[in-house]
Amino acid sequence: MKQIMQWLILAALGNSVAIGAIIAAPPDAARRAELIDLLKQDCGACHGMRLKGGLGPALTPDAIGRLSIETISATILHGRPGTPMPPWQPFMSQDEAVWLAGQLKAGVD
Amino acid sequence: MRASMKSLFLIAWLLVMSSPAVAECQLRGTGDLALVIERATGSAQVIDTTHRHSLFHVDGLGDLSHASVVYSRDERYAYVFGRDGGLSKIDMLCGTLVKRIVQGGNSIGGAISQDGRFIAVSNYVPGGVKVFSADDLSLVLDLPATAVDNPKTPDKKYSKTVGLVDAPGERFVFSLYDTGEIWLLDMLDPAKPKVTKFTDVGRQPYDGLITPDGRYYIAGLFGEDGLAMLDLWHPEKGVTRIMDHYGRGERKLPVYKMPHLEGWAMAGDTAFLPAVGHHEVLVADRNGWKEKARIAVHGQPVFVMAQPDGRRIWVNFAFPDNDTVQVIDTESLKIIKTMKLGKGVLHMEFAPRGEAVWVSVRDRNHILMFDTRTLKQLAELPATKPSGIFLTARAHKTGL
Repeated sequence: MKQIMQWLILAALGNSVAIGAIIAAPPDAARRAELIDLLKQDCGACHGMRLKGGLGPALTPDAIGRLSIETISATILHGRPGTPMPPWQPFMSQDEAVWLAGQLKAGVD
Repeated sequence: MRASMKSLFLIAWLLVMSSPAVAECQLRGTGDLALVIERATGSAQVIDTTHRHSLFHVDGLGDLSHASVVYSRDERYAYVFGRDGGLSKIDMLCGTLVKRIVQGGNSIGGAISQDGRFIAVSNYVPGGVKVFSADDLSLVLDLPATAVDNPKTPDKKYSKTVGLVDAPGERFVFSLYDTGEIWLLDMLDPAKPKVTKFTDVGRQPYDGLITPDGRYYIAGLFGEDGLAMLDLWHPEKGVTRIMDHYGRGERKLPVYKMPHLEGWAMAGDTAFLPAVGHHEVLVADRNGWKEKARIAVHGQPVFVMAQPDGRRIWVNFAFPDNDTVQVIDTESLKIIKTMKLGKGVLHMEFAPRGEAVWVSVRDRNHILMFDTRTLKQLAELPATKPSGIFLTARAHKTGL
């Protein structure tokens, strides 16, 4: 029974990510700050600390606003083969990537 | 008489009171000064590396999330290349911003010509190289890179340029990231600049360096295991591949920050270079440029730098290992020390004679000075999110 419940919860989580509108477990304030720091410092190594681009493309709403949350979060998690974009999966959960994708679409100060 | 005495006092008093607000220029040499980039605040500090203290704070340098610096031949002026296309000229003796222009949309670095007349800047957007007068930063040449087809956007795009260095004979050498080229720009006659293009040098050159004698230009390749080399004594021989397939058969690891090929890690006849996608330092025999060894290190190397005496190699690393510095003995090729200095060890710069090294630690908000012989820390200076540290001695080195 417990296993079935767990499976149901996982399925629900997967679903919420797939539709992109709901994040099952949004990161807390401390983790959000960490993710924004990671975005600026480490994603910023290629995309610029202000996300206006570098060797990697700009990540401003102008540049990627038309992409879906799913596309952006999948790119964050799995990288882009054939380009220098690496997978960030070792450093964040799917929910966190979805949250970050939402931040990028809205624009980060 | 009384009135004139009074007015003299008044003038003296005004001078005394107003002096703290005005940065005073120093009467001194600049040979032991350095500029420390503070990336998050778009500012820099001029530091005295002998007395180990800060002299000036310079603001208003724009987006310095990636920045590099070259010096005028008299070591008085620093030229700062910022991420936002900004080119700033700083007076190291006065701690003032002499002039600042925004020459492009997005840039990666620059170089100063052999005789100090020209400053060249390498741009991502618009892709290409621009050359300016070192004196007043007026534009001398605008050289767009090869156009890149991009059906998605109506505006014409040009390849990003990387690895721009100066070479003897008033030349500049750089690589084209998107189109896999190396270009040689001859500015001997600025009215008639000459460009020699070498195509198909390899996939995605990400940075370049020139040997201190100015003879060999080497571009690191992101898209292939190998490096592209141009012998500037014999450009007619074209670009050759060195260290080809150094990671053959091995799974490539993700790279969370591109390595830098700035400077030249050379000890005797042995060269040390960062591998890409492998947590290794490559060791090459300079006679014939063949792979001699590979040293397993803590992470993806970013800077692999030799002490000026060639005795040891210092290595820092990409995220998530950027809290670490490793020191390698060049005789035994063994790691002799691993230091944990805090998150964001971004740059290392040696004193010109090699007795000390300065290391920036971004998240600790300080720069550290180490004795290269004992590996003991000698000094700690506060700096806001420091990245690059640039000593004025670079003024007299080809490629820096």
